[in-house]
Amino acid sequence: MVIDTLKCVGCSDCVVACQTENDVPHGYCRDWVTESVTGTYPEVEIELRSERCNQCDNSPCVRTCPTAASHIIEGGIVLVDRDLCIGCGACVESCPYDARYRHPDWGTIDKCTFCVHRVQKGQNPACVSVCPTNCMYFGDLDDSNSEVAKLLAVRKHKVLAEAAGTSPNVYYLI
Amino acid sequence: MNEEVFISGRNIPHIDPHLSLWEFPISLYLFLGGLSAGILLFSAILHLINKEDEFKGAAKWAPIIVPFALALGLLALVYDLGNPLYSWRLYTTIRIESPMSWGAWVLLIVTPMSILWVMTYLRELFPVIKYENYKMPFLYKVEELAIKYKKYMALALLPLTVILGIYTGILLSAFNARPLWNNAILGPLFFVSGLSTAAATVILFAKSAHERHWFSKIDILLIVIEIGLIIHLIMGYYAGTEMQIEAVKILVGGDFTTMFFGFLVVLGLLVPLILEVFELAGFKVPVVIPAILILIGGLVFRVLMVEAGQITRILY
Repeated sequence: MVIDTLKCVGCSDCVVACQTENDVPHGYCRDWVTESVTGTYPEVEIELRSERCNQCDNSPCVRTCPTAASHIIEGGIVLVDRDLCIGCGACVESCPYDARYRHPDWGTIDKCTFCVHRVQKGQNPACVSVCPTNCMYFGDLDDSNSEVAKLLAVRKHKVLAEAAGTSPNVYYLI
Repeated sequence: MNEEVFISGRNIPHIDPHLSLWEFPISLYLFLGGLSAGILLFSAILHLINKEDEFKGAAKWAPIIVPFALALGLLALVYDLGNPLYSWRLYTTIRIESPMSWGAWVLLIVTPMSILWVMTYLRELFPVIKYENYKMPFLYKVEELAIKYKKYMALALLPLTVILGIYTGILLSAFNARPLWNNAILGPLFFVSGLSTAAATVILFAKSAHERHWFSKIDILLIVIEIGLIIHLIMGYYAGTEMQIEAVKILVGGDFTTMFFGFLVVLGLLVPLILEVFELAGFKVPVVIPAILILIGGLVFRVLMVEAGQITRILY
């Protein structure tokens, strides 16, 4: 996933779309919008980011899961198998992005799935599909002809918490 | 200056404003696990070097509390799960990379072993116990087998208790997302701290002045090692990256300063160290005081690390 921080206006439509699409319990969220302000007034710079699980290649959550409930499916999406999850929270503690939470009704751990049920049907994740400024792009980063790969080839970009060594798969154009 | 706010709001209890998914039950378990590992290790060593009768408190009396401590610790662990009825899922897989999986498996072996260990001499300590009164005469057979293989049990307990003791620290240090936990010294530190609380417990159970003095000496050595490791830990943070330097501020000058320096370093380590040295030097000091202080210090240390560690995070 590639997100253009220059186009994002911070409307939080992605958050609401996700909550609706995935029936996220009231008061919880799988994605959120961060406003990052750097500098000292009056020379300040604002960056808006829609953040979520980074679907890392080297996922600490998958590594620390004692029951193998957290796993990576073909294509790279990190999922939690609710039939295996005991809700111990090891993955929550291990995530540098705090992208996971314990579902209040299930007791198991829940997180962004990149809307895998939509993606498998060839649709975009809910957050991407509703973005009014089209600041989010979804596609196969390994395919050099995909829109996301082309964007990363020409635009300056970054990932979050690179120092954590998790090889995240959500890129931010800056 | 960098300031970040969630403009969409997150409102995820236990995640915002900071992570606090693991609470007191986890700290309690880490304490009881370390304590049990230490007591069993002492007892196994005493059996192997044939000093069981010289150190009866350490070899026989103190281990009686281990099955209860482990059971309470396991209850605390299960209580803290979100989906406790599925906890058996821990035993449908072995995950080498996950410290929690290691811990779950080691506990599965050590807990019944601690019961068998106590059974080998329980009737010797309490001759009134007769299993047929409880309609369980088969326990005589179990006891006989346990006594027969006690030496092998002791040999097996050596590595198992070390793994259990170190695991209580590794459980935390395996998370690189929490800079306060993510250091290599936490495993050995929790192990030594567990041994020290175990020595303190043995002092409480000691049956003779000779035994008490021996374990005071062992405890003094362990406390000195522990203080050394804590200095090492703090130095490690300051020699670390920006994240670790930020993280250690919570212990030095932050919200947990009193707990760390006051309750752990001073009341939990230095004061009992001085009292134990005085006691050995011949002054009249009730040994209960340093022993209790060490036990409280050990528990405070776990609570402190679990709570404070979850507040620290990777900066981005």
